[in-house]
Amino acid sequence: MSALTQYIDLYREHGAVVGSHSCPAMNALRPRALETLENMTLPKKGAEHYALTDLEELLAPDWGLNLAKVDIDVNPSRSFHCGVPMLSTSLFLFINDTFAATPEACEGMPEGVFAGSMRCFAQKMPEVFARLYGSVADMANPLVALNTLLAEDGMVVYVADGVRLGKPLQLVSILENGTPLMAVRRLLIVMGRDSEAKLLACDHTQNPDVDYLSLQTVEIIAGAGSRLDYYDLEESTEKTRRLCSVYLEQHEGSEVLLDGMTLYNGTTRNEYYCSHRGVGGRLRLLGMGVGDSRRRMETYSHVGHEVAQCHTDELFKYVVDDDAAASFEGMIYVAPGAVKTEAYQSNRNIVGSDTARMYSRPQLEIYNDDVKCSHGSAVGRLDAMQLFYMRTRGLPEATARLLLKQAFMADVIEGVRLKPLRERLHIMMERRFSGARPECSSCQGYACNDTDTETDTETL
Amino acid sequence: MLKVSNLHARIDDREILRGINLEVRPGEVHAIMGPNGSGKSTLSMVLAGNPAYTVTEGSATFYGKDLLAMPPEIRSHEGLFLGFQYPVEIPGVSMVNFMRAAVNAKREYFGEPPMSATDFLKLMREKRAVVELDNKLASRSVNEGFSGGEKKRNEIFQMAVLEPRLSILDETDSGLDIDALRIVAEGVNKLKTANNATIVITHYQRLLDYIKPDLVHILYKGRIVKTGGPELALELEERGYDWIKEENKL
Repeated sequence: MSALTQYIDLYREHGAVVGSHSCPAMNALRPRALETLENMTLPKKGAEHYALTDLEELLAPDWGLNLAKVDIDVNPSRSFHCGVPMLSTSLFLFINDTFAATPEACEGMPEGVFAGSMRCFAQKMPEVFARLYGSVADMANPLVALNTLLAEDGMVVYVADGVRLGKPLQLVSILENGTPLMAVRRLLIVMGRDSEAKLLACDHTQNPDVDYLSLQTVEIIAGAGSRLDYYDLEESTEKTRRLCSVYLEQHEGSEVLLDGMTLYNGTTRNEYYCSHRGVGGRLRLLGMGVGDSRRRMETYSHVGHEVAQCHTDELFKYVVDDDAAASFEGMIYVAPGAVKTEAYQSNRNIVGSDTARMYSRPQLEIYNDDVKCSHGSAVGRLDAMQLFYMRTRGLPEATARLLLKQAFMADVIEGVRLKPLRERLHIMMERRFSGARPECSSCQGYACNDTDTETDTETL
Repeated sequence: MLKVSNLHARIDDREILRGINLEVRPGEVHAIMGPNGSGKSTLSMVLAGNPAYTVTEGSATFYGKDLLAMPPEIRSHEGLFLGFQYPVEIPGVSMVNFMRAAVNAKREYFGEPPMSATDFLKLMREKRAVVELDNKLASRSVNEGFSGGEKKRNEIFQMAVLEPRLSILDETDSGLDIDALRIVAEGVNKLKTANNATIVITHYQRLLDYIKPDLVHILYKGRIVKTGGPELALELEERGYDWIKEENKL
């Protein structure tokens, strides 16, 4: 029996409850999601695009789902000390899959910007929401179908044409429950023509002893000439599973930075489906992950160049130690008409032990001659000569290794365009490689709530 | 300070050093010369503790302590410095952070507290002047994008900061134009005291015009086959290595 059966049965029994906590446009897609799941076989581990992740295994446990939206006793103020970022943001929270905005988040939001719950947005702009919700994500993806079936609420960030949001938005998702729980999170980001915004999504798990599954679908529509930075940082626990699918549709002249960072996790699968739909779009797709113990990290990316003169710069880096494993599979597809495409894909990795594993599969498919494209992959150990050089200057081997691993991640961190976050990430990475636990209180006294939101002026 | 006796070493399955004997005392400058492949760089790597090389026989003591038993970082703390023939680039690690880590690791070894930021910057400023190293280089990643001359100057800068008791300079003159050679050599001379010593590994007499050796050794097929005064280097310059090879034909 497929692991999906229990969710299908659950929905058949409690679909009305799900619908009553949601909104018409979300409910409208559920029948199709249900039908898709009923006729679907989950891909097995080792199947195309699934080198590490076993969806059957991840979805098989009898996960609790808070469909009735029962209040869970969580102290959000404790969760505020999340260690990231050191910058002033408009803060929003998901406690498991219940959305909440801090009062100050809604203050001073410029006209033309909506950042809040999906249900609220669906009431305010029902036509826009009905048109865009589910329009980018692919229902044939089992993770999207399951998310669409069960998501009751989510967050919408809507930035109207020409509006530039100076203050970054921060979405902190906290998993906290006494018993195993699946949290279904949905996010829709709509960037109007020539708009600008930055969003930092942080995933945290409070209780390291409880199993969690976080099922996330993110849809992003970057309108013509818009500019969006989307940073996604996971700091969870070894008992946390995260299945996150990000869908991006880019229009003419838009610039998007997607940056997925896994500092601490259990089992993570991050998917990025990006599509250049308008001439002159620019995408920077970055990611990094640090794995030790028995952590698992899998990334699948598909970037489609459907039209001419678009630019993609993709870089993913992983460091795996102990018995950890990571996998990167990336595809850049260049359509016949997509002339003057520039697309570069790189995956570089350090494997620090004999039992750690890294799987890498960079791919390009190009259907016209007028392009500049490259792809590459490297898996190796720390450079022995660099280590020796540092040791001859008196650095203990452990320190030399730490510095080299930090240095290895430096270019991904340097891609972050929020200076306070970038600086904080360097410190977090140092702590991560030195074996420290993510102590949220560590940020106290640093530059917390620093009002400096300086952004580098560098372009993509 | 350094006493090397019958040192044999190999890398992979190749024996490179086949019985080196060498004694260096405080205040001395030794030059080691020899044709390509004679084992000069291997000797420097083995003395500095490169784990890629295996010592199969013999001993080396440094101020009476067993040098070969120490990991490379302890050799450094004890006062041994290796100036690399090919200084290693370390992208992402800034020179400043690298040197701060090096200085503080040594201080920790001797039970001293870490150096204050102000004192450290003062030290950097003072030592940069020794080799006229540009301030901009100090803020960049270690050796990354440095020219050949800048890399070698950076080696002497690090030597100045760490104040070793014994410096081994492996072909510090290679890849240097005449001005850079003078700056590097003058840097080495400025750092010379009655209490420290230098081993200069070189192919050419040219460097020895600037750094005057007390003793010149000729290394050939993993052994020191001849030792003499500065005049030996001049003789080599004049006659080449063929006569050495001839004399040491088996």
